[in-house]
Amino acid sequence: MKNNILEIKNLSFAYLQQEVLQDINLEVAKDDFLAIIGPNGGGKSTLLKLILGLEKVKTGTIKISKNLGYVPQNTNININFPIKVIDVVLMGHKNETKVKGIKKYFKIGYTKDEKDCALASLKEVGMEKFADSKIGSLSGGQRQRVMVARALSAHPKILLLDEPTSSIDVEGQKQIYDLLKKLNKEITIIVVSHDISVILGYASKVAYINKKLVIHNGIEKDIIDRDNGHFCEVEMIQMLDQLKQKDCSC
Amino acid sequence: MLEVLSYDFMQNALIAGILVSIASGIIGSLIVVNRMVFLAGGIAHTSYGGIGMAIYFGFPIFFGASLFAVLSAILMAYITLNQRDKIDTFVGLIWAVGMAIGIIFVDLTPGYNVDLMSYLFGSILAVSSDDITYISSLLGLIIFIMIFWYKQILAVSYDSVYASLRGINVKFFYTLILVLSALTVVIAIKVVGLILVIALLTIPVYIAEKLSSSLASMMIISGILSSIFTVIGLFVSYQFDITSGASIIMISALSLLIFLSILKIKKQLL
Repeated sequence: MKNNILEIKNLSFAYLQQEVLQDINLEVAKDDFLAIIGPNGGGKSTLLKLILGLEKVKTGTIKISKNLGYVPQNTNININFPIKVIDVVLMGHKNETKVKGIKKYFKIGYTKDEKDCALASLKEVGMEKFADSKIGSLSGGQRQRVMVARALSAHPKILLLDEPTSSIDVEGQKQIYDLLKKLNKEITIIVVSHDISVILGYASKVAYINKKLVIHNGIEKDIIDRDNGHFCEVEMIQMLDQLKQKDCSC
Repeated sequence: MLEVLSYDFMQNALIAGILVSIASGIIGSLIVVNRMVFLAGGIAHTSYGGIGMAIYFGFPIFFGASLFAVLSAILMAYITLNQRDKIDTFVGLIWAVGMAIGIIFVDLTPGYNVDLMSYLFGSILAVSSDDITYISSLLGLIIFIMIFWYKQILAVSYDSVYASLRGINVKFFYTLILVLSALTVVIAIKVVGLILVIALLTIPVYIAEKLSSSLASMMIISGILSSIFTVIGLFVSYQFDITSGASIIMISALSLLIFLSILKIKKQLL
């Protein structure tokens, strides 16, 4: 399919002897909002690292647009680092320049275009007022939005987020997901999460991963609504297992 | 009291002290934000191996110490980048082995009479004009690198995973930061000695950290504070005839204490 922005074929991965991922096949289309869920140690993070290119693919293939944005899991590390919000966002720009030769290694500072672009990214996530604040003075949710802005400043076609709501309050979580929903109109979103409420009303596709990967196109919404979106993971896994059995039987 | 300025040795000491303070303000900031304080301590002690060999073979002390410090910095960068979980063990090992090599070579040197204390606690009053040339060229190099590669160094220090995704050579810049730290540690040994070098590199930075909103301003504030502490420390050491390295560190530590108290009082009043 031409419309696929990410194609994973027959991907397996092992750390030493321990097989973490087994024969993964996954296709993500341009307008997808994919949630990758699964238990701890099930291979979610490994899959993400492979997609990002932080781990090398040994068996199988991953085809992905080069232009991807990434929002890391833990935005609470380095809180005391003396850095302004705008400088964090500016880091998102690709480290490439039109200047050739030796000069490209000695480019001082940022151009006005880059600064404007960073401010535009901040505006997109509603954080432009905080451009000159110290990153440590923000709340967890605000910091997460800054990280999204940093990813956006590279104009990605696909945005990968690792547990984007693991360290923020409920109000902040909703804001993040509403923001992602808005961004999803333009770009593909892939969220790795424990947080089952992602699936509710946000994800268009769910991949459950525990060494092997099972895809579900949409979840029966009433089951989730019943519990107000807050289920524990065990229930979710049971539910997906039931779905899997259903899939098998037909 | 100002008559001390007419002595050559005192002028040299002041110039060297200020130059080293600026360098340690810049590099100390990088060491603190990259959480490399323990690594820098290891490098400082390992460099004693180079001092011992330099005394034994009769080549310049700065050269021997720098060589050892840089080699240990590269080794530590390699271990940190490849075997992160074993870093404690290895740094401890390199730290001790470096010191041991130094002591053995000093023992083997016939008619050894160099004052060991001067390397442990500094010998800023014995700074020569050659030393000043070496110190100022190193400071020049550090400032040059910071101006041209600030962006990359900032990115690697703040979020190395993201920096590597953005195409920055993290291994190169991480190693560069450690090598510059090693060279700075060696010149700082001249001022306060290897026992106290970590305090010189970190105390002004702890104060600057609270006052700055960017890495660059942290470097500048640390450099200025460090220079002030060094100059006051030097005069105190002259006035009361005490070891200059120790008096510089005590002035810095007292200032940190006062600063933190003011901060706390301010917080309670608000």
